[in-house]
Amino acid sequence: MNQFQYMRPTKQKAAIDALAKDPNAKIIAGGTNLIDLMKRGVMTPLKLIDINKLPLNKIEHEGNSTRIGALALNGAVAEDKLVLEKQPLLAQALNAGASAQLRNMATVGGNMLQRTRCHYFYDTALPCNKREPGSGCGALEGYNRMHAIFGFSDKCIAVHPSDMSVALVALDATVLVSGPKGDRRIPFAEFHRLPGDTPQQDTNLAQGELVTAVEIPDAAFTKHVHYLKVRERASYAFALVSVAAALSIDNNTIKDARLAMGGVAHKPWRLTEAEKALIGKPATEETFRQAAEVAMRGAKAFKYNAYKLKLAPNSIVQALKTAAAVA
Amino acid sequence: MNPEPEQPNHDEARRTFLKQSSLLTALAFTPGPVLQAAAAEIDEKVAAVFEKIPVRLDINGHKHKLSIEPRTTLLDLLREQLGLTGTKKGCDYGQCGACTVHIDGKRVNSCLTFAVMQEGKEITTIEGLAKGDDLHPMQEAFIKHDGFQCGYCTPGQIMSAVACVREGHAGSEDEIREFMSGNICRCGAYSNIVAAIQEVKGGGQKV
Ligand SMILES: Cc1cc2nc3c(=O)[nH]c(=O)nc-3n(C[C@H](O)[C@H](O)[C@H](O)COP(=O)(O)OP(=O)(O)OC[C@H]3O[C@@H](n4cnc5c(N)ncnc54)[C@H](O)[C@@H]3O)c2cc1C
Ligand code: FES
Ligand code: FES
Repeated sequence: MNQFQYMRPTKQKAAIDALAKDPNAKIIAGGTNLIDLMKRGVMTPLKLIDINKLPLNKIEHEGNSTRIGALALNGAVAEDKLVLEKQPLLAQALNAGASAQLRNMATVGGNMLQRTRCHYFYDTALPCNKREPGSGCGALEGYNRMHAIFGFSDKCIAVHPSDMSVALVALDATVLVSGPKGDRRIPFAEFHRLPGDTPQQDTNLAQGELVTAVEIPDAAFTKHVHYLKVRERASYAFALVSVAAALSIDNNTIKDARLAMGGVAHKPWRLTEAEKALIGKPATEETFRQAAEVAMRGAKAFKYNAYKLKLAPNSIVQALKTAAAVA
Repeated sequence: MNPEPEQPNHDEARRTFLKQSSLLTALAFTPGPVLQAAAAEIDEKVAAVFEKIPVRLDINGHKHKLSIEPRTTLLDLLREQLGLTGTKKGCDYGQCGACTVHIDGKRVNSCLTFAVMQEGKEITTIEGLAKGDDLHPMQEAFIKHDGFQCGYCTPGQIMSAVACVREGHAGSEDEIREFMSGNICRCGAYSNIVAAIQEVKGGGQKV
């Protein structure tokens, strides 16, 4: 691993100042993604800013939303009373991720900012535009089993690996950010970006900006929710495809719906058109099949991931059935 | 096998090598960070590239004052500088759980955290679980149920298992399997591990 300078600020402003003035500086929170990538030489920051002394780990309810600090641990959030009561879909998604040990280290901010698990990104001997712009995308013509079916470009077909983020995009969360120019709020759906010509940029976070919290508005999604994660073993593996489904049902009619997929795109993939196809309809398998068909419009597979074109719609139907408790 | 408290690195050769390679890296990048930070009066803890950082840790009830290079993981500190080799390195990438220890009572993968980040924390490793010659109930149960074959994953399994019961995640076989999924066993001793955990949980002793 390369050498780096280490600092542990106790004030948020000091962290932002240090981050803003040094393009080779990186925040370290739980370290579970950054240290992994540093050991492999994929990321080589020259300065690490340890933010664990900043008071950013609170989980609270204010006005009409739940606010979770960037340093709240994934495990703590998944078991938090307030989260379980107000946002059970988020708790389900968090518990589906990583292992109990990793969830005790991983933070909410770090989770949304984790990098792709694409094999070409991880192996410094292989080409990857995300790791080394201009070197080419090895996955495009390579072994692309885990890769995107939506929103990719000819520069990058990687997928975002976070489970938590799939729930957050479905729940209309907002990311709270603080930077050298002050604070701003980024709707979760606009936080991550599509690869386009600059896949080295995962998100719309600017140089020097720190994620301080996420905010999730209260909604009627407490009863009929389900996070379905399909993976190659029962636990402790990244998703091939995952689905976050939240329904509000009255008298067997769907009043409101939220739907998003993971493992299919460079960002957590919100399915707004499919949501429209659900609202006002009866909560039946027939309705769910139609919505899944809408959701899959525009999907395109590569040589080794064509299975996702079938797995994804089936997973959507299954997640909606479980959420609605339809047998 | 408790190490002498407040004992620095024994491995002189390795240190010398690291020092030399640090120096080369430092020459290549020359950031001059300490002076800059001091000038900017930044509220921060800074270490120059080839400087070690003082860290205080409580490990298995012993207080240590150490001097650590920032890129040393907690796992490498335990094994290579403190001689606490009970904690195992399987993958070194968070994928196997062999390196599981408790930090302030919570189970974590010691391979994915830098030791300097744990300043002031209480760390428990497998060496700290038994009370003298009296094994911890989870250790007893692993022996009774043959919860291992080669034994390589076992320290991590036991540290994880103790936490699993303490957290209240040992309610059923399914729950145990889910919450123990971060510990891989190449030998496939899983069913015996689950049995050991169920016995400890069922026994109701304080773990
Ligand atoms: C074996 C293994 C299995 C895993 N399985 C899953 C899984 O199934 N599902 C899943 O979702 N995840 C999984 N993960 C990934 C895990 O969830 C992430 O590593 C973790 O969430 C990252 O959080 P962290 O706090 O450790 O981040 P760090 O490693 O500390 O940081 C990650 C990145 O975010 C930046 N950063 C962190 N916090 C901030 C902030 N507040 N502001 C600005 N930048 C910040 C850092 O600079 C860094 O670039 C797995 C990881 C491992 C090792
Ligand atoms: S050595 Fe840490 S998880 Fe494998
Ligand atoms: S006992 Fe051999 S790896 Fe688990």
